[in-house]
Amino acid sequence: MSSVQSPVVARSLVKRFGDFTAVDGIDIEIAPGEAFGFLGPNGAGKTSTMRMIGCISPVTEGELSIFGLDPAADGREIRSRMGVVPQLDQLDNELTVMENLIIYARYFDLSRKQAAAKADELLEFAQLLEKVDAKVDSLSGGQKRRVSIARSLVNDPELLLLDEPTTGLDPQARHVLWDRLYQLKERGATQVITTHFMDEAEQLCDRLVVMDGGRIVAEGSPRGLINEHVRREVLEVRFGRDRNEEMLPQLAGVGGRIEALPDRLLVYTDDGEAALTELHRREVVPESSLVRRSSLEDVFLKLTGRTLVE
Amino acid sequence: MSTPGAVRVYLRDWAWFRQVVTAVGLASIVQPLMFLLGVGLGIGELVDSGGNTDLLDGEPYFAFYSSALLATTAMFVLGGEALWPTLDGFQWSKANYSMIATPLTPTDVMLGKALHFLVRGLVAVSGTGLVLLMFDDTRTWGVIPGVLAGVLCGMAFAMPLAALTATRDEDNLFPAIMRFGITPMFLFGGAFYPIAQLPTWLQPIAWITPLWHGIELARGSVLGGLEPLMALVHIGVLSAFVLGGLLWANRTFARRLLL
Repeated sequence: MSSVQSPVVARSLVKRFGDFTAVDGIDIEIAPGEAFGFLGPNGAGKTSTMRMIGCISPVTEGELSIFGLDPAADGREIRSRMGVVPQLDQLDNELTVMENLIIYARYFDLSRKQAAAKADELLEFAQLLEKVDAKVDSLSGGQKRRVSIARSLVNDPELLLLDEPTTGLDPQARHVLWDRLYQLKERGATQVITTHFMDEAEQLCDRLVVMDGGRIVAEGSPRGLINEHVRREVLEVRFGRDRNEEMLPQLAGVGGRIEALPDRLLVYTDDGEAALTELHRREVVPESSLVRRSSLEDVFLKLTGRTLVE
Repeated sequence: MSTPGAVRVYLRDWAWFRQVVTAVGLASIVQPLMFLLGVGLGIGELVDSGGNTDLLDGEPYFAFYSSALLATTAMFVLGGEALWPTLDGFQWSKANYSMIATPLTPTDVMLGKALHFLVRGLVAVSGTGLVLLMFDDTRTWGVIPGVLAGVLCGMAFAMPLAALTATRDEDNLFPAIMRFGITPMFLFGGAFYPIAQLPTWLQPIAWITPLWHGIELARGSVLGGLEPLMALVHIGVLSAFVLGGLLWANRTFARRLLL
């Protein structure tokens, strides 16, 4: 890769818990300033990988290097240059937003004065200035998430780890958060993001790996993965739960590959409308139909035979 | 200048404790006062009017009992503190996990907790000490080393219990610890009567409990008459509990936090 040092390099990285292999020999190299995603269902090994990168989980086998340093020997130094947004907010609910930020900044050994100045700056960035003295308990889910993100930035991290950053948030709160993360990216911070949301991965990630059962099953840019693995559009048709399977033969040749889900059939094609017209010409009339662009969800379905969010 | 990791951890506990420290301080005075007025004066009158306090080394019952409160208070307060509030950092608020995502280590987290126990214990036992100073029988300089003895006794409970807490996912064991560990010690550890009054087979059990050593040390400090050798033994036993607890907690905290 480039001569600039990769913030994260993993070679044949393995994490085992007893007999269970959570991460099964993955290779990653993340470029500076890149927004890199781990996409996969629950239990795919995303969080275990993140914890190893975060230097709070010993590597079982393989190599891992963060900023060119060894997590086992230099964990303290690595963590001082990294920001972490955990999957569930770990805020001090009974303390104010300001206190939360100052206490966290103190963990990084900022002086009280530095911490207070930094907190002011971050609260503005997180659009929480009017909540400075509010107890965290009183905030909405989206606001708490923004406090978590603000908190993770107290040390001006070169690398930001975001574990499921918008899980549990309503659509509006998600968009506010995405906007903030996009701004951070523009400032040049490398981001590592885990998610099981397709749209989030497409919005936030320059490049991503799809994980399943502890392994990487595909790697590329969101668009690149879609182009590589599925055709441009999807025609979704529903014939009712019992009839989807039996209608399969009648759909042959309408488009490309067909994926049969319990509740609908997905026809992959370069032109969804044309496929639908062809269906109508054959006098095959589904209960409902929908033409949409292919997404990472379709890539995942093709690669693993399963949907991401059950 | 760099602030030690344990202090940075402790600052979080302090941010919370600061909000309630006045109320806790007042309660630390009111509660022993009630005990002393109820048990100390009431039973004391009963015991002393019997006319024979030989078993108490000639001390009035009030002084005998009240000086032990320095140690029992510490045991109850720090024992409790090492259970639920300590589990919180692992299980409910998960604050300990936030800490180790920063340059702090599990050892820093553990030592920060120890610091919190120390401050919490000092507030509680000092309250009891202030109450002792209100009464003629116990108004001596010995209350100061007595308070320190109480805090040491409390730490002898807190550190091993905190180590145990770090291995738990739930608080279901905690009521049993209070009921079958802490409360029996309170009853049989020599707070209410000298353990020489216990059946002979029960006495050695008292000797191995940290509470008995804490009570003897605190009582000896307040009332005088503590033999230097015995003082060293008591301090030694209590310190061993604290040190053993620190080492054990260092392992269990790391094991819990670094998956």
